[in-house]
Amino acid sequence: MTSGTLNPRLAEIVEDFNSLAGQERLQLLLEFSDDLPALPERYAGHRDLLEQVPECQSPLFLAVEVAPDDAVHLFFDAPPEAPTTRGFAGILQAGLDGLDADEVLATPDEFTSQLGLTDLVSPLRLRGMAAMLGRIKRQVRDRRTA
Amino acid sequence: MALPNDDEAKFRDYAHPEKLVSTEWLAEHQGEPGLVVAESDEDVLLYETGHIPGAVKLDWHTELNDPDTRDYVDGQGFARLMSEKGISRDTTLVLYGDRNNWWAAYALWVATLFGHPDVRLLDGGRAKWIAEDRPLTKDAPDRPRTDYPVVERDDTKVRAFREQVVDHLGQPMIDVRSPGEYSGELLHMPDYPQEGAVRGGHIPGARNVPWARAAAEDGTFRGRQELEAIYGGEAGLTSGDDVVVYCRIGERSSHTWFVLTHLLGYPQVRNYDGSWTEWGNSVRVPITRGEKP
Repeated sequence: MTSGTLNPRLAEIVEDFNSLAGQERLQLLLEFSDDLPALPERYAGHRDLLEQVPECQSPLFLAVEVAPDDAVHLFFDAPPEAPTTRGFAGILQAGLDGLDADEVLATPDEFTSQLGLTDLVSPLRLRGMAAMLGRIKRQVRDRRTA
Repeated sequence: MALPNDDEAKFRDYAHPEKLVSTEWLAEHQGEPGLVVAESDEDVLLYETGHIPGAVKLDWHTELNDPDTRDYVDGQGFARLMSEKGISRDTTLVLYGDRNNWWAAYALWVATLFGHPDVRLLDGGRAKWIAEDRPLTKDAPDRPRTDYPVVERDDTKVRAFREQVVDHLGQPMIDVRSPGEYSGELLHMPDYPQEGAVRGGHIPGARNVPWARAAAEDGTFRGRQELEAIYGGEAGLTSGDDVVVYCRIGERSSHTWFVLTHLLGYPQVRNYDGSWTEWGNSVRVPITRGEKP
């Protein structure tokens, strides 16, 4: 299901990537990797509370919370030896965390292919990010109907 | 001009000790003319987080593959790539990477298709270099462009295609995937994306030796005796065997190809890079399910 348009924060990230030349895009992805927040205490060391995303090439775990005011909060865990996976998580964190559930659900599934990374990173690797987004949306839907 | 070989005692037992260098050797020879170090990782950004000073990056997915056809780059593409990286035909090329040199071994196998005369692996790869607290840098290397000659790819010696594997049925074959992929219980590596094979199982007669068994805990290759016990003893290969190795897309099996060819000295080992993503989708090829060959 693809619907809606990119929220302004994600749209800005997409624009930032596309304004850069090839090698600089990888540097930007690395910045997102470096800036990925560490897990808060309630999740750190509690992998059982997180959902694994096996579609990523390296281990990635995520948790999704929907607050009473409908704001979505995202938490990710990936090792420093997996900077690409961390970078994808960082983009989703920066672009989606704090938005309303509806805004998160409206994120077009194909946005991952708009970052201009396909040729640099390879489609196989990008599939991991699409899978993360899919799992985030599913968890948001589950949390709302729960 | 080729650099001297590493005379590390452990390497002397191997069939082709000149195909490996130790971290000590690399630390000693770093920066010498005639040497180019290249990092090849599974993660496309790992190099950018820090690499061995002077090392160039070689990406298996975006640089060694043809962008359209499922194949490797051709002679012109390889010459262009090597020239951009500052590698000459007479360069001693030392490859290293993450995950027990998985992707570095793949790059070495591709370089072999083009007959690059002197290409070696750093025993223990990236992990060992880091574990020994050796320096890493984020600085991009400044290597002048070279003029690497166009050499046609030779697919006859170390590469096998599907038809050749059909002809090879009944002869020694090693499936280097995980036991679950081999038996057909899993259609992809544990924790990895499903890459689309419609049938699970293995090629009839192939023995299962997961590729990482060739590596010790510190990521270096196991000693010759241990390797003999695994591939000769358990898998039943005998010297002189013509062997085909395969995995899912030919990357993990490049690692085993390296072990059988250069460490154990089997005279004819071919990597079937079509591997399970081709065989498991092919019409009317035989497949065996379960744990037995």
